Amino acid sequence: MLKKRFFALLGVLFCALFVVGVLGGSAVAQERNIILTTTTSVQDSGLLDALVPVFEKNTGYIVKTISVGSGQAMAMAKRGEADVLLVHSPKAEEEFVNAGFGVNRRLVMYNYFVLVGPPEDPAKVNGMKSAKEAFENIAKTNSLFVSRGDNSGTHALEKKVWGLTGLVTDKQSWYQETGLGMGNTLSVANEKGGYTLTDKATYLSLKKKLRLIIVVHESKELYNAYSVIEINSEKFPKVNTAGAKAFADFLLSDEGQKIIAKYGVESFGEGLFFVKQ
Amino acid sequence: MDLIIDGLIEAIRLLWNGNSEVFAITWLSLKVSGTATLISVFLGVYTGVTIALSSFWGKRAVVVLVNTCMGFPPVVIGLVVTIFLWRSGPLGNFGLLYTPTAIIIAQTIIAAPIVTGISIAAINQLPEKLRLQALALGATRLQMVWLLIREARLPLLAAIMAGFGGVISEIGASIMVGGNIKGHTRVLTTATAMETSKGNFELAIALSIILLLLMIVVNSVLTTIQMKGR
Repeated sequence: MLKKRFFALLGVLFCALFVVGVLGGSAVAQERNIILTTTTSVQDSGLLDALVPVFEKNTGYIVKTISVGSGQAMAMAKRGEADVLLVHSPKAEEEFVNAGFGVNRRLVMYNYFVLVGPPEDPAKVNGMKSAKEAFENIAKTNSLFVSRGDNSGTHALEKKVWGLTGLVTDKQSWYQETGLGMGNTLSVANEKGGYTLTDKATYLSLKKKLRLIIVVHESKELYNAYSVIEINSEKFPKVNTAGAKAFADFLLSDEGQKIIAKYGVESFGEGLFFVKQ
Repeated sequence: MDLIIDGLIEAIRLLWNGNSEVFAITWLSLKVSGTATLISVFLGVYTGVTIALSSFWGKRAVVVLVNTCMGFPPVVIGLVVTIFLWRSGPLGNFGLLYTPTAIIIAQTIIAAPIVTGISIAAINQLPEKLRLQALALGATRLQMVWLLIREARLPLLAAIMAGFGGVISEIGASIMVGGNIKGHTRVLTTATAMETSKGNFELAIALSIILLLLMIVVNSVLTTIQMKGR
């Protein structure tokens, strides 16, 4: 009796799985799917919504964009769970490529991170040319600094600048980590009247809701380069090599570069990304 | 406060103009969570009734386990399902990660214990004599079970509502296994979280209002059935 019931239960389970399988039916279309892992700053800027539909129309591929911090994007790619990366964490990217996980790393676009802060500017850093000096002033005056703290590309660059100053931020009362995305971190800095390092795209798109102002921009320490990396298919046979290459080539094609350079001009009055000439 | 009013206006505007993207997101939410609920109802009612009607060693432990799973954190389920569906995972060959099917699988795992747990309670609260009487009057086992299910239909419908409510409002698992991909796996909850992080608060509030409306509609349909059956 119990045995019979067990088999009946198995039957139901099997049927359910079958229904699920049929509903999915995606295994067939797999080689048309490209998994792109990218950073939240690219996704939140809206740039991909301008790029991806054009690429999909040109090639017939379907791009599945997963937006996470650069750290997680690379951690996933190290397991072969992505086909192509669009990230901005140069040091980690080099290690990634050197370790054989990725191939064909190419610069797609760049811009500058900006330091934003409250208009009262308690650390007196407004208009400074060097991010390093601005960071030193913030620490010296014990002004609140809000960090992403999430291993993202933005966080990596911020740590690099702190490294240049030689200051310790760990456990300092003026240094707070959110562990959140850029938009949320900006909101926290806004509420608490703190400074934070942000990419320009996210800041500009949120500007009307923030009282934070840009205090340091185009400092050479804040150069922010986005690269595309194709995942090494020798290491991970399931990777969609052709699709990854097609997408990377598209980003660097005249058409792709033109879309990137023009992006943002209409809504913000200035471009958000520069392309290499 | 003005944000909430702006959100309300935005919601009305989106619904009034029939914004196709919002409509697609809403429809996907309903489809995914509806399918997950449907599968969990079959699994959960079956398992629940089976457990309630049989006596075996360790039954109490099984019921404790089911009741614990009712409150299992969706984000943990999301993580485990993701690892299973990864290309490097045991089910990697099916290429299901970042598809609506992946969300259905995760949500089914979330909802099934809820339906099972409430089903066990629903059958247990029926008088023991009912079952014996039915059998004494010559009902087959299947007829007896059907009778019990019909008798317990009010709490069983509550089980469906609890399961559906649990999955349609869930975000942790959906964003992990679905990836919040525009036009593919973006559902109401993940879209709301994304618009919030982008700073589009009016749109986020509008999406929340649409989610609430959807839940009200589905629950009124189920409640109507429940009341009628009394």
